[in-house]
Amino acid sequence: MNVLIDKFDVFAGGFWLTLQICVLAAIGALILGAVVAVLRISPVPPLRAVGTGYVNVFRNMPLTVVMFFAAFGLPALGSNADFLRVPGLDAIFSRLGTDLPYFRFALIALVLYTAAFVCEALRSGVNAVPAGQAEAARSLGLTFGQNLRYVVLPQSWKASVVPLGSVIIAMIKNSALIGFFGVVGDLSQTADQLTSAEGYAFVPVAIGISIGYLIMTVPLGALLDRLEKRQAVAR
Amino acid sequence: MATGEPLIVLDGVNKWFGPLHVLDDVSLSVGKGEVVVVIGPSGSGKSTLCRTINRLEPITSGTITFDGQPLPAEGKALAKLRSEVGMVFQSFNLFAHKTILENVTLGPVKVRKEKASVARERGLALLDRVGIANQADKFPAQLSGGQQQRAAIARALAMQPKAMLFDEPTSALDPEMVGEVLDVMTSLAGEGMTMVVVTHEMGFARHAANRVIFMADGQLVEDAPPSQFFANPRSERARDFLSKILTH
Repeated sequence: MNVLIDKFDVFAGGFWLTLQICVLAAIGALILGAVVAVLRISPVPPLRAVGTGYVNVFRNMPLTVVMFFAAFGLPALGSNADFLRVPGLDAIFSRLGTDLPYFRFALIALVLYTAAFVCEALRSGVNAVPAGQAEAARSLGLTFGQNLRYVVLPQSWKASVVPLGSVIIAMIKNSALIGFFGVVGDLSQTADQLTSAEGYAFVPVAIGISIGYLIMTVPLGALLDRLEKRQAVAR
Repeated sequence: MATGEPLIVLDGVNKWFGPLHVLDDVSLSVGKGEVVVVIGPSGSGKSTLCRTINRLEPITSGTITFDGQPLPAEGKALAKLRSEVGMVFQSFNLFAHKTILENVTLGPVKVRKEKASVARERGLALLDRVGIANQADKFPAQLSGGQQQRAAIARALAMQPKAMLFDEPTSALDPEMVGEVLDVMTSLAGEGMTMVVVTHEMGFARHAANRVIFMADGQLVEDAPPSQFFANPRSERARDFLSKILTH
């Protein structure tokens, strides 16, 4: 088990990189997922079709395949995803600004894939709001946007929080794939590096990276439980 | 009272829910200041009729005009029309996450862009008028059914509508609360509000309505003043309906 102490800095570095991509991907997926959800419930049929098409594609494709498309398809199209080199943001998330594009590719894949699930979690919340609420808002003359903003979303949020949390936890675990698509130094790839290249025994290393993931997911789950309890009281 | 000038006009309205013909060639004109009560057995299409007037239900064919304008398709123009037609639902549909006063002021502030202080003042006056001023800061779930429905009426009135639609406003209420809601509606009718009321309250129909519409199987079967309708219904269908509800 000495590897946990001897290589603590390697584990810590892996943890930090995984945390970075998860924070960025969660923000991106929540924004994109909200946009897709609005498309899917909009009163305009072509917009609904776009939203539904998006969810059908990205929810039903394995994440590995999405990653392949991002890591091999984007370069084939001549893109290095340089639009993600946001000045200022790359000071904190240093991999956003590197010449090697694989962190950016992996981030795009995670965001595209997770947004489909975020969309459906948000939509299930909207469906949990009784239809009469939106009807009453429409009958007062509120527009679609006002209806969402002032009547439906404030109520749907309660029903969305728990499924949204599960989606984000799943995303954190899914991020373990990025090491296979050129990203060097995240938690999972750290394990690979320590066992195959440096010859450490597998089980202690696996325990080390498991602790890393649990540090991210367990507090998130506990936070969700608290939010849920608070709502139960408010109701 | 009624001036005769038509405010709501339905002409040859048909509505299909799949294979079900819920509105069968319905034509109806409601004058300014007129109170029209729609009665009929359940499934006769009377709620659907009420909901087509502000296009909560789109129609399959025919035309509906409100205040001289045909009902617009989805969009800003429809939102504007809806803001001029108050609607009261069977299940109240008060916004559950907002206080009673916020329910009443949301439309005026967000749709009419009124100043919050102006909307608040009128909102409180309306709540006072329907007798629940002391409930202004409570949430809907803390009120009785009758109080909630009176709040819903105040919410619709806060938009200063040209007409009010009532879709079975007392059907979800405990019996002892029906009266307080009907009182508010009766006083509204007395002040000259144009009203279309779908209801099973025959007492209200008798004393507050200018006209009674009887519907059955999606068709408008009778259209008569209440005295005439209740004393001497012309159709067999209406006689049958009245005999069933008036014998108890």
